[in-house]
Amino acid sequence: MDAIVLQILNGLDKGSAYALIALGLTLIFGTLGVVNFAHGALFMIGAFCAVTMQRLLSLSHTVIDPSQTDFLGNPLQTKVPYLASVFGTESAQSLINWSVPLSIILVIPVMLFVGWAMERGLIKHFYKRPHADQILVTFGLAIVLQEIIRAVYGANPIQSPAPPMFSGSVDLGSYLGFQANAIVYPIWRLVYFGFSAVIIAAVFAFLQFTTFGMVVRAGMADRETVGMLGIDIDKRFTLMFGLAAAVAGLAGAMYAPIVSPNYHMGMDFLVLSFVVVVVGGMGSLPGAVFAGFLLGILQGFASMNEVKAILPGIDQIVIYLVAIIILLTRPRGLMGRAGVMED
Amino acid sequence: MLGLTRKDFMLLLVVVALTLLAPIILNPFPVSSSLGQSFNAGYPALLQRFAIFGILVIGFNILFGLTGYLSFGHAAFLGVGSYAAVWMFKLLSYNIVPAILLSVIVAGLFSIVIGYVSLRRSGIYFSILTLAFAQMSYALAYSVLTPLTNGETGLQVYSSDPQILAGAGAPSAPHFFGLPMASSTTWNIGGWAFTFEVGYYLCALMLIAAFYLSIRIFRSPFGMMLRAIKSNQTRMNYTGLNTKPYMLWAFIISGMYAGLAGGLLAAMDPLTGAERMYWTASGEIVVMAILGGVGTLIGPILGSGVIKYLENIVSKINENVLHQWFAALPDPIENGMIWLVHPFVGEGWHLTLGLLFMVVVIFLPGGLVQGGQRLGAMFNRKSGDVTAADRDAARQKTAE
Repeated sequence: MDAIVLQILNGLDKGSAYALIALGLTLIFGTLGVVNFAHGALFMIGAFCAVTMQRLLSLSHTVIDPSQTDFLGNPLQTKVPYLASVFGTESAQSLINWSVPLSIILVIPVMLFVGWAMERGLIKHFYKRPHADQILVTFGLAIVLQEIIRAVYGANPIQSPAPPMFSGSVDLGSYLGFQANAIVYPIWRLVYFGFSAVIIAAVFAFLQFTTFGMVVRAGMADRETVGMLGIDIDKRFTLMFGLAAAVAGLAGAMYAPIVSPNYHMGMDFLVLSFVVVVVGGMGSLPGAVFAGFLLGILQGFASMNEVKAILPGIDQIVIYLVAIIILLTRPRGLMGRAGVMED
Repeated sequence: MLGLTRKDFMLLLVVVALTLLAPIILNPFPVSSSLGQSFNAGYPALLQRFAIFGILVIGFNILFGLTGYLSFGHAAFLGVGSYAAVWMFKLLSYNIVPAILLSVIVAGLFSIVIGYVSLRRSGIYFSILTLAFAQMSYALAYSVLTPLTNGETGLQVYSSDPQILAGAGAPSAPHFFGLPMASSTTWNIGGWAFTFEVGYYLCALMLIAAFYLSIRIFRSPFGMMLRAIKSNQTRMNYTGLNTKPYMLWAFIISGMYAGLAGGLLAAMDPLTGAERMYWTASGEIVVMAILGGVGTLIGPILGSGVIKYLENIVSKINENVLHQWFAALPDPIENGMIWLVHPFVGEGWHLTLGLLFMVVVIFLPGGLVQGGQRLGAMFNRKSGDVTAADRDAARQKTAE
């Protein structure tokens, strides 16, 4: 029993990331009808925003400290972050420690801009071209973004730790009434799950309860009619693209403590997120979220030793297997609507 | 001739001449010159890759170019073909004939299974299904199938392997009935050196055969049927035609081409690993096909050749080479130029590739072939602003 709970929890953090990326993919697909292969790259850029924030906060200048000497007898040179001269040493250090959550304030404007620039600069010109062309050009863009990040930040993963407050593990089992130490779970992953739940709720609330969201939903259902009513739907869709990019970026930034950001993490997540979107149903937002968590948890289950003993290697392929079965038996996906990308 | 029209026959002759003379054509500079070290591509290891990837992309083009079904998992067939070939080396002998035969057959069987399932959907779903199958094969090759694939180490031939058909004096490297793949003759003429290798000529003959077959397929009623499916599958269904068998055959043929390429890769270097099946490898095939020109005969050869050549040349350039190039400029400009160019060369080759690919998709959807047509039309324009290439494109558009 406790093993099963542990696997469900293990599935949650991956599932959260899948759900957030798939949500953005579906938003873009539902509004603009574009299959965005560069969405994984947006996730990666978000993660590197966290790295950048960390570096920005720890920008230092060298101070010569005459009271101490190094082993050669020269005055000791220490690096002092600029922040320390503003806020004092201790609060500067805690700011640096909190750089991952703080990066949210960097991620949102950066990703909104990246999304806007992508849509206006490139994808706008591909609405009338076949889906295959859209896939190809965004695939090319993904390669370019990934390689730019590699040229700037190097090929090695960059550690970006969570704030010390959240960096340990918690013995969840004892709270839930299991044996002590049966379910030990990293706190940051719980934080990540909570964070993604908040983001998902916010996106749905935005679409459901604001006028802007209502117009967007109307546009998703029937773009032409909304246009005829005198609403500039294109502008709003561009903003939705920015929003989808921001969701992917936030997912990436907060994921940085779980997987050290590297330049190919976007591609790794992209394939799985596409599978998630297809399983959930093209164009269905709840479907994307549901399928994201479902596949994350299924993957967690498949990595249990008991399951692996019966079906060796199942943990590697379970997601693809599920996708193939779903696509063949329920072509629209779990929650797909009729008429959306039927072929 | 050979069942081809005059124009196609000329094209075939050009390809034959280019492939057979490639060791000479691609060595335009003397060996010791700095240009030669940077730009010569006429050495066997690279020539083999030109030919092998040419075969692979020709096969991919039969599927994507003719039917419009974009497979994002084609590298799986390449990988399966390689594994099959190495197993033949391990079990029978280093003779490449059974190895290549088996790799084509196994890849064909594999593509029957994947094709039968994937072809039940079309459009983006087909792409994702093939992607999912290829990723599954990759993951399985790394984990459970380790007894078959030797996991991360990669499959290779050990001295303890049975090799039941290998005689006492058989060469301990891939050979064609005793003629080792790696044996070569070198002509030294002046400062030039031209190396002719058995392995390359084997690949070149295979490439010519593959190309000939693809011309025949393009011009056959079968090819016409595939094009009809591309332009309007629904209409084909309404006329009472079952398109499934045609699609499946196209998929299998293209899978067998990939298997042949995989077998040849193993025959050149009897070692294979699962990374050959990773989805970025499939992406590379797509990139090559698009760059050359999808749906054209010569496009795949052009695309794979250009990309493999650029990959080899560009990734060899490092900072020292750049300093040599810009040495004539004054220092600040030299450093500025190096700062500008450096991210795109050496390690940055993939960045260049990505940009090149995007430029082609955006501005030249017909790839290099379309670019060549436009250039040609520019030079012998007869009347008005409508170029022949654009007219062709317009005609194609109305046909779809």
